[in-house]
Amino acid sequence: MNEIKHPEYIPVHVILILGAIFMLFPFIWMISTSFKSQDEILSTTKDIVLLPDSVRPEFFNGPEEADRVERKKADAKRWEEEQAKPESERDKRVRKPFQWLDNYTYALTAQPFYRFFLNTIFVTITVTSVSLFFASLAAYAFAFFKFPLKDTIFMMLLGTMMLPQQALLIPNYIFLSKIHWVNSYLALTVPWLASAYAVFFLRQFFMQLPKDLFDAAVIDGCTRFQFYYKIALPLCKPPMVTLAIFTFLSNWNAFVWPLIVTNDTNLRVIQVGLSYFSSEAGTRWGPLMAASTMTILPLVIMYFLAQKQFVESQATSGMKE
Amino acid sequence: MPNKTKVDWGAYLYLMPVVLILVAFHVLPIFYSLAVSFYEWDLIGSPEFIGTNNYKQLFHDPMFFKSIWNTIKYAVISVPLSIFLSMGIAILLNNPIKGIGVYRTIYFIPVITSINAVAIVWNFIYHPDFGLLNKILSWFSIDPVAWLQDPDWALPAIIFMSVWKGLGHNIIIFLAGLQNIPKHLYEAARIDGASRWQQFKHITWPLLTPTTFFIFTMSTIGSFQVFSQVYMMTPRGGPLKSTMVVVYYLYRKAFEQFEFGYALAMAFVLFMVIFACTLFNKLYLEKKVHYS
Repeated sequence: MNEIKHPEYIPVHVILILGAIFMLFPFIWMISTSFKSQDEILSTTKDIVLLPDSVRPEFFNGPEEADRVERKKADAKRWEEEQAKPESERDKRVRKPFQWLDNYTYALTAQPFYRFFLNTIFVTITVTSVSLFFASLAAYAFAFFKFPLKDTIFMMLLGTMMLPQQALLIPNYIFLSKIHWVNSYLALTVPWLASAYAVFFLRQFFMQLPKDLFDAAVIDGCTRFQFYYKIALPLCKPPMVTLAIFTFLSNWNAFVWPLIVTNDTNLRVIQVGLSYFSSEAGTRWGPLMAASTMTILPLVIMYFLAQKQFVESQATSGMKE
Repeated sequence: MPNKTKVDWGAYLYLMPVVLILVAFHVLPIFYSLAVSFYEWDLIGSPEFIGTNNYKQLFHDPMFFKSIWNTIKYAVISVPLSIFLSMGIAILLNNPIKGIGVYRTIYFIPVITSINAVAIVWNFIYHPDFGLLNKILSWFSIDPVAWLQDPDWALPAIIFMSVWKGLGHNIIIFLAGLQNIPKHLYEAARIDGASRWQQFKHITWPLLTPTTFFIFTMSTIGSFQVFSQVYMMTPRGGPLKSTMVVVYYLYRKAFEQFEFGYALAMAFVLFMVIFACTLFNKLYLEKKVHYS
């Protein structure tokens, strides 16, 4: 054991573990709150209760909890009794006892989140696949072909990466409204189908492929497009995956652009839906945390499946939202 | 070899999709918006040419100066804080310890999650009555703070959350930089009896300056463009407009008050500020960067 041989690393672990708790705790708190009833959330107790009442197993409740468990059972019984009565005689003040998934069902019924998910998945997959295809075509041309103005066009592409994004927001909006694309899937996808950064990134990898391979293949009768999809693309799979994850991530989390170009509920993507739900739900923290959890979960699952590529895609990009 | 000299005219076909979209949505809009910034236009009526009036008005707009000042405060606090913390954690992670992969995974999670979702979570953490932060502070008998509703605390609260969100990203880049420093330098220093602090001061810090410079430049640019967390956590610019940052003010002018020309003038001034900062970094700070 490294740690036993080197006790000087124990303080290092202590600091790193404290840091890790700090990084993770907001998420743990979010998930925990998403299973809590409004009463639990709005309690002003000084304790941090991580295990929500609704998912706490019976045997977990110590003797000091007996009162509360009794009350919970009584509430449930009262609700059942009320339900047994005919509609007109029911006491409206008796509320349905909180079930563990109630916040999730509330969020899903208050806003068409499933629709937002489908929109996001559609936009993300379209942009990721098409922009990668377009970028790889251009990168391939830059790496293997000879043509006039090659360097000029390449420098122009690099130049677009330095343009201020917020200065683009307004003219693009004006342009899209002139061609009647505002509130359409076209507005959500088309402007993002080309990425100068992706072209630059992939070109670096295509340049590393031996030029002789290309010349030999062309002499043997391989067309340029065949060389692209049969040889060049398969050889550049790792950078393509890295780029795909980076593009997927930034599109899934895209907010400002879809916020501006759509105001039709049916076209909302998940991040915009979440922001509207946040101003609408106000202090209903349970459903809000449930919605946040649902927004984050697909990404976190993907992250755990392809951690290495995720980290690489960020480390190589040097970009932040 | 005939291929060496032959021009591949087909190349333009390969470039066409990317070039067309970039020209339409990234290049032309810049020129277009520069033109619109000299007009008064609400998008519905016809644009009216007013020369440099938008710019003149901008320099007499106290809210614009307040937003610039708030943005500078945001940058000046968040960038060094994030660099200090992420460099520290990266140095700790660069030790030959177990579980680096686990730590790296955990520290990176906030980076991949969406700013909107985590902003909602932090809104709840900062809640004056039921928030986690005030609960924890109450253990130390500290009176509850209204955080996002308090003009003194709203901006620091947003900064704190933003540093938490971006930390993992900087850690990964610092780790890559640290792994490029040759191990034998440390061995030689240890043989010469250098303390840990001396090793840091004379090896790690100078050899890490290219990475630090890169992160510093990118985070400064990023912090001048901060928007989403401000939009989500402090609607309408926060208490006493204490979190009104430039991009949020620009967004309100354009998409809530429909003063497109004015907003575009602001976008250009912002761009000039970012450009000046980057130029300053490049010309002045990069002299202190140690490139091997």
